[in-house]
Amino acid sequence: MTLETATGAALGTEPESEPNRPKRRRPTPVQDTPVDRIFMVGVYILLTTFLLIVLIPLINILASSFSSPAAVSGGRVFLWPVDFTFVGYEAVLGNKAVLTGFGNSLFYAIVGTIVSVTLTVMIAYPLSRSELVGRKVLIGGVLFTMLFSGGLIPTYMVVRALGLLDTRWAIILPAAVGAWQVLIAMTFFRSSIPGELYEAAQLDGASDLRFLWSVVLPLSKPLLAVIALMYGIGQWNSYFSALIYLRSEELYPLQLVLRNILIVNNSAGTNLADQLAAQQMADLMKFSLIVISTVPVLLVYPFVARHFTKGVMLGSVKG
Amino acid sequence: MKDRVKRHWQLYLLLVLPVAYFVIFQYIPMANNVIAFKDYNVVQGIWGSPWAGLDHFERFFANPVAWDLIRNTLMLSLYGFLAGFPVPIILALALNEVRARFFKRTVQMVTYAPHFISTVIVVSMLILIFSPRIGFMADFLGFFGMDSNLLAQPDAFRSVYVWSDIWQTAGYSAIIYMAALAGIDPSLYEAARLDGASRLRKIWHVDLPGIAPTVVVVMVLSVGSVMAIGFEKAFLLQNPLNLSTAEIIATYTYKIGLLNADFSLATAVGLFNSVINLILLLVVNTVSKRVTGNGLW
Repeated sequence: MTLETATGAALGTEPESEPNRPKRRRPTPVQDTPVDRIFMVGVYILLTTFLLIVLIPLINILASSFSSPAAVSGGRVFLWPVDFTFVGYEAVLGNKAVLTGFGNSLFYAIVGTIVSVTLTVMIAYPLSRSELVGRKVLIGGVLFTMLFSGGLIPTYMVVRALGLLDTRWAIILPAAVGAWQVLIAMTFFRSSIPGELYEAAQLDGASDLRFLWSVVLPLSKPLLAVIALMYGIGQWNSYFSALIYLRSEELYPLQLVLRNILIVNNSAGTNLADQLAAQQMADLMKFSLIVISTVPVLLVYPFVARHFTKGVMLGSVKG
Repeated sequence: MKDRVKRHWQLYLLLVLPVAYFVIFQYIPMANNVIAFKDYNVVQGIWGSPWAGLDHFERFFANPVAWDLIRNTLMLSLYGFLAGFPVPIILALALNEVRARFFKRTVQMVTYAPHFISTVIVVSMLILIFSPRIGFMADFLGFFGMDSNLLAQPDAFRSVYVWSDIWQTAGYSAIIYMAALAGIDPSLYEAARLDGASRLRKIWHVDLPGIAPTVVVVMVLSVGSVMAIGFEKAFLLQNPLNLSTAEIIATYTYKIGLLNADFSLATAVGLFNSVINLILLLVVNTVSKRVTGNGLW
């Protein structure tokens, strides 16, 4: 089984069905008996139920976000907006903390991803080369961090000692490289870069760095996409390091702002005069806020889903 | 060997920064765990502070809260494992039977999606959906005569945590099993067909043995992380009403360490947690290797 077919099958796409290729349909593996047909009905019911369980809460949030404050507050929205309006979104986009958080999260996601991907390639590529002295020890050192970690306070002390507390670097550096991503990248380099290419490059007098830059990286675009998305989405979705390391609100990433508004109920709408209207508006804003903060992830989702699947597969190939 | 290093010096140059990262942000913190055995104070620093032996561990276990925390942590992750482990397997097996491509792709695309939603958002959704005033789930539960405000009930905390986790991750976790299923030798299906096996028998005799190695690896990983249950979600789901079940070791460590600034005690508790976890992982891996021949290494 090649990686391509594995990922293709996992997505339900037979490896990118090119138009000209003769259709090769997998024969139904088993001839259906009446019992089988009943069984298949069960399978469809099961999957449809699961589909609805996942879908209904998402649709409910979306529908609520476009409804009027009174309808949301009164619990009258189910799967379709009631009194369709954009006021929730207007309120969210007029909220300064949210906008700052949005900008900060973009910064953390972009800069963090660049730093993380660079560092990951810098360690994974040498580790993929058998001639590296001490390769086994270094790989062991990386993998051990998956089994045992320093823990919250000991890591906090390092960040504090480096003077990174309450700076943007505290969000980017402490979790910059993931052992899992190193493993994926290393496996990819070992399995997908043919040895002949390296020999050819050596004959041409290319150095290791030159080879990495001009041959390996251009051939590794799928890998780079996978780990960039993993790091980027991870960074966009995380609030933990910000909770621990940041004090200044102007540095807060969106998720921490969201937590304060949505969960701690540090309601953002309380400066409105009318108490009831304020309460209703605050309720509605939460729904709009959820939708808006998830949009960037959803925009890349079709792309992401494909590549993440590959990532799961890459990681499952033993290195 | 010197020649080899010299010839490929650029590879070693590349390693400098990432290795520095691992040393500074992974291995120095591991070494900092030494303060679990000391009375740490800022003035004397990590190495200058006086030794305390096992005092902090004794302090932790002398506190009746300790056993509640351990119980909460274990119950939450065991529940999560028992309920959550089979779901992706069932989902993958069911999807594997479906030939209608549109339906199959729709189910996959939709069920993967929640994986990419942040924990903060998932918890916010739970709070809103189960809110007695606003949420539709509250109406739904009320219809069955249940108390709808689940987030305020200590008894319901684990179920809310575990089932929302399944909601979020089952689809995505099924991917790895789908890939394993796709890798099964087609001649086995052919043989099953010739023998006149029903779909259920085919699943039992071909599909399940085919994905068994994958199942074992995932199982070892999940059992191995029983004590490593995350801080993020439990912390967000906590409120004064459900704390008796919602307080787990990870959230407690945060509170005594960063909010009460008792670094040594927090480190001791965290270290205890990590060590138990490491031991569990080693034991499970060994047992699994003996019994099934499959393991992580």
